[in-house]
Parts: sequence; structure tokens; C-alpha cells
Amino acid sequence: MAKFKKDGGRATPAINTSALPDIVFMLLFFFMVATKMRDKEMKVKTQLPTATEVEKLEKKSRLHYIFVGPPLNSEFGTSPRVQLDDAFATVDDIQQYITLKNGEKDEKEIPFMTTSLKADKTVKMGIITDIKQELRKVNALKLSYTASKEVRD
Amino acid sequence: MGSRRRDIPEINAGSMADIAFLLLVFFLVTTTMDIPTGLQVALPPISEEPPEDSKQKKREVLEVLVNAADQLLVEGSPLTIDRLQQKTIDHLTNEGKDPTLSTTSTAAIVSLKNDRGTSYDMYVQVYNELTAAYNRVRDDYSMQQYGKLYKDLDPQRDKDKIKEVKKKYPRKLSEAEPVSIGGDNGKI
Repeated sequence: MAKFKKDGGRATPAINTSALPDIVFMLLFFFMVATKMRDKEMKVKTQLPTATEVEKLEKKSRLHYIFVGPPLNSEFGTSPRVQLDDAFATVDDIQQYITLKNGEKDEKEIPFMTTSLKADKTVKMGIITDIKQELRKVNALKLSYTASKEVRD
Repeated sequence: MGSRRRDIPEINAGSMADIAFLLLVFFLVTTTMDIPTGLQVALPPISEEPPEDSKQKKREVLEVLVNAADQLLVEGSPLTIDRLQQKTIDHLTNEGKDPTLSTTSTAAIVSLKNDRGTSYDMYVQVYNELTAAYNRVRDDYSMQQYGKLYKDLDPQRDKDKIKEVKKKYPRKLSEAEPVSIGGDNGKI
């Protein structure tokens, strides 16, 4: 009888997993801190057009963003407005904005800076043309018309 | 016996890991959700000198006009957007066959002109079709020469091949300086 009891005692004990949540929480906090969820509060509506020939923009750190579209809050009217960072702006502010943003960057990176133009479908080309002219004036020649991928067969 | 029963039982923390994993996966997914995609454009630098357009022969240029009502005019005649790509491909690969289209692919130019009242959506669509046409002819040429699509050529190993394809079909997409013809000019 005693021998049988010894056999039972040799069964593998359950692995202690109580530290697992700690490890996973550590990972979770790392991701929460290290990644930005959404850094800009949208003030204008930007329903993107679709295109088939879109390319992925490589580095997020090498992007300037310009938003154009009708304001989400109708208090500000319905005609399209330009948004830079978190605030409304005018076309004339773009030159200063790009210069300022380029100043924060490494000089070597400046020729690779791309401007991501997020404009609403309904916007007229007049304002887009004005923006393009302003970008040419500050020598920010890489532009990307942000569009979502359209799949055709 | 009595004191033993009153002991606080151990809380089962086995599912804690599941909850934490769930949160972790949620954050992983939401933070990488918007990989920005877009149509890449290289704007021409501003120059003080007036553009030298008179040199170009008319047959080398495929004129694409978009008016304020989002209608398309190609080489002076109306066209629907779904036929624009084929028309552009015909122009680029004409090699002198059709007397109204380009003589060689290296000289072919596409000129895009839009009104201030054109909608951005329409403009992007037209731009997309023109880009698609260039990509298609480059793909076809690359396939014919090297048995590989242009977009599948490796930037390091196939540098010369990419150069060759680009030389054969240079991307000459010129955009006219902005004009306004009455109506709602979209100015803020």
C-alpha cells in the first residue's frame, strides 16, 4: 500500500502560470506607450477617393499631413477648410507650417519628406491647386494624394 | 477544522492571461490599422522662366482636359473615364502608326489640364487612369523583354532593367498651370 502512495506523489505538478499575466501586461503597456493611436483630432471630414494605383507610404516619420474638407462641426460653415495639425488654417499658412516642420527634422531627411494630402472627395480642385502651388514654393515637391485602395477585376 | 474553512480561498488567476492577451491583440491591431496609401506625385519645381511649350509637336501630346462639370475631353473630343486608360496606352505605344498619336514612346507626352471647379474625386480618378496606363505599358514591355512585370523587378538586382524600361516609357505627365473659367472656382 505504501508503495502505491509513493507512485501518486510522483505525478508532474501543475506549472505555475501566475506570473504570465504580469508578462503580458508588461507587453501591453509597452505597446500602449510606444505606439501612437491617433495623434490628430480631425476637424474636417475627409472621405477619401479611391484609386487602383496607390502605393504604400513607407515611413510615417517622413510625412507632413494636410487635411482638406468641409468642417465636421457645422458651426464653422460648410465650405471646405484646411486643417494643419489640430487647428483650422488657411492656404497661406502652409508655407510656414512646412518650413517649421522641416526645421524639426534632420537636414538629410528633408528631401525625402512627403506631403500626404488628405482631401475630401467633394472638394473642388481650386483649393487643391492653391495648395500644390504653395508646396512648390517651399520646395516640398513630393506629394501623395491619399486614396484608399480600390480593387477591380 | 473550523478555522481552516474560514481561510480565503485562492483566486483563480488563470484567465487573467487571456484577458491581457485580448487587450494586447486589440492594441496591436488598432495601431497598425491605417497604413497610409496614396498616389505619388512629383511636383515640378517653380521656375521663373516661362515654359517652353511651343517646341513640342502637337501629335506627341495627348491633351486631357477636365472641366468644372467633371466632363472629360481628350484630344478635343469627349471621352468617358473608363476608356481613358486604353486611349492613353494607344498613345504611348503608337510608334507612329496612327498619324494623330505619338511618333515614338520616348517622345510621347500626356498633358493634364483641369478647371478650378473640377471635383477632387474626378481629378484623382483621371490621374489614376493615367498612372495605370503608364504602369500597364511598362509592365507589358518588361514582360516582353525580361519575362517579369515591371513592378516585380528588384530595385537592387534589376537596376539596369528598370532603367531600360523607364527609358523606353518615360513618365512625361505634365500638368498645366492652373486656370479658372468662370463659375464656382472653389476659392476659400
